[in-house]
Amino acid sequence: MIRALLLLFTLAFAVPAAAQDSDFVPAGTQTVEDIMARQRALADGDESVRAVRDRQGGPDEAVADGIGLTADGTMGQTNDWSDPGIWRGVRYDDLDMRSQIRGPAATTLIQTGGMEWLERRAGPLRVWGGGLLFFTLVALGIFFLLRGRIRIDGPRTGRTLVRFRVYERFAHWLLAGSFLALAVTGLLVLFGRIAIIPIFGHEVWGPVAIVTKWVHNNISWAFMLALVMVFVLWVLQNIPDRSDWQWLKRAGGIFGGGHVPAKKFNAGQKAIFWAVIILGASLSVSGLSLLFPFEMPLFASTFTHLNDWGIGGLFGGLPTDLAPQEEMQLSQLWHGIVAFVMIAIIFAHIYLGSIGMEGAYDAMGKGRVEEQWAREHHSIWADKVMAERDDPRRKQTGSPDANPTPAE
Amino acid sequence: MKTMLSAFAVAILIAFAAQYTFDALPFSSAERQSAENVRLD
Repeated sequence: MIRALLLLFTLAFAVPAAAQDSDFVPAGTQTVEDIMARQRALADGDESVRAVRDRQGGPDEAVADGIGLTADGTMGQTNDWSDPGIWRGVRYDDLDMRSQIRGPAATTLIQTGGMEWLERRAGPLRVWGGGLLFFTLVALGIFFLLRGRIRIDGPRTGRTLVRFRVYERFAHWLLAGSFLALAVTGLLVLFGRIAIIPIFGHEVWGPVAIVTKWVHNNISWAFMLALVMVFVLWVLQNIPDRSDWQWLKRAGGIFGGGHVPAKKFNAGQKAIFWAVIILGASLSVSGLSLLFPFEMPLFASTFTHLNDWGIGGLFGGLPTDLAPQEEMQLSQLWHGIVAFVMIAIIFAHIYLGSIGMEGAYDAMGKGRVEEQWAREHHSIWADKVMAERDDPRRKQTGSPDANPTPAE
Repeated sequence: MKTMLSAFAVAILIAFAAQYTFDALPFSSAERQSAENVRLD
């Protein structure tokens, strides 16, 4: 008896479950491929695909479209409207509809541009961004193998010069530390699902994702503060001048040997400074837009300006009527693109500031550099600092730069 | 090294300060965006 009941119980659930085909798709249902194909056609100027939208309406029109028919040929119908007709109206904003939820994003219930964003984020952004970082590391590795470590050519003097004071190094490390944390967590946000889950599973990715999001959202404030500090501290010394042109013409002496005269910052360092400031500011603004959803739309107004200046025309005219969700999607893509470029640049900066050049790390590590290193890489600056140091009048003032300190 | 570690520690402090500051602020995008003209018919 019990066996019979168990069998009946099992069949009661198993038979309907078996009858359901998980891959069942009602006749006429649009697939993601259908939607993307139509979006591409619209982007190419093919307006004929809008015919589907224009035929929205009652059941007869829906039947004519062949869209929305269920398995038995009937339609999901509400009063005189077919469900597909309603949803097409929602999608193309053709309905007089009201929402109980207010706000910039509440009335956009369907936004097919989201699929394009999803595909770009999962495709080109990951592939090209990851490729950029990979090939930057490979290029640095090849450069290191070919050129080797840039050594201090002359004999060491045993004396050091103050290169960066404590507050300068603090600002640098605040910027560096926060940027590294943001870079690692940002890469985890983009690649975590495809890199962590297949290896460690959802149970590991869950808490990692929570920590990643917290760190990325909150460390960003330290990055923005440090960016302002670094800008204020070093902007005057990073304004390009004539000596930079000489430095650039000889590629800083990297190829062909020799040392090119330079001030406190050479042209290469100035380029990195301005890249960090400009890209960092762009990352900060797009990041704030993401931190406060729908509060800081950036792209419609930017695209309007670009179109006015004729730059948008190079891209066939940039869209200026953007849904709130599209603003967020563009912010995210831009944030990712700029971040990848900046990470690649910082790879090169870290290389040259550590293993790439002997004596370079001391500048930020200890704040003082070997006098011979300064003469070789920043001779204009070194001459000036040494002249001040050796000035007898300055010696009497007890300036901290005046007392030569043995190299550590 | 001390300067570097101090900077890292300050970055973490700023992160916690930001977390608690934004939690304490009487401001929320979600609340602001849904506060007006709510119809419940």
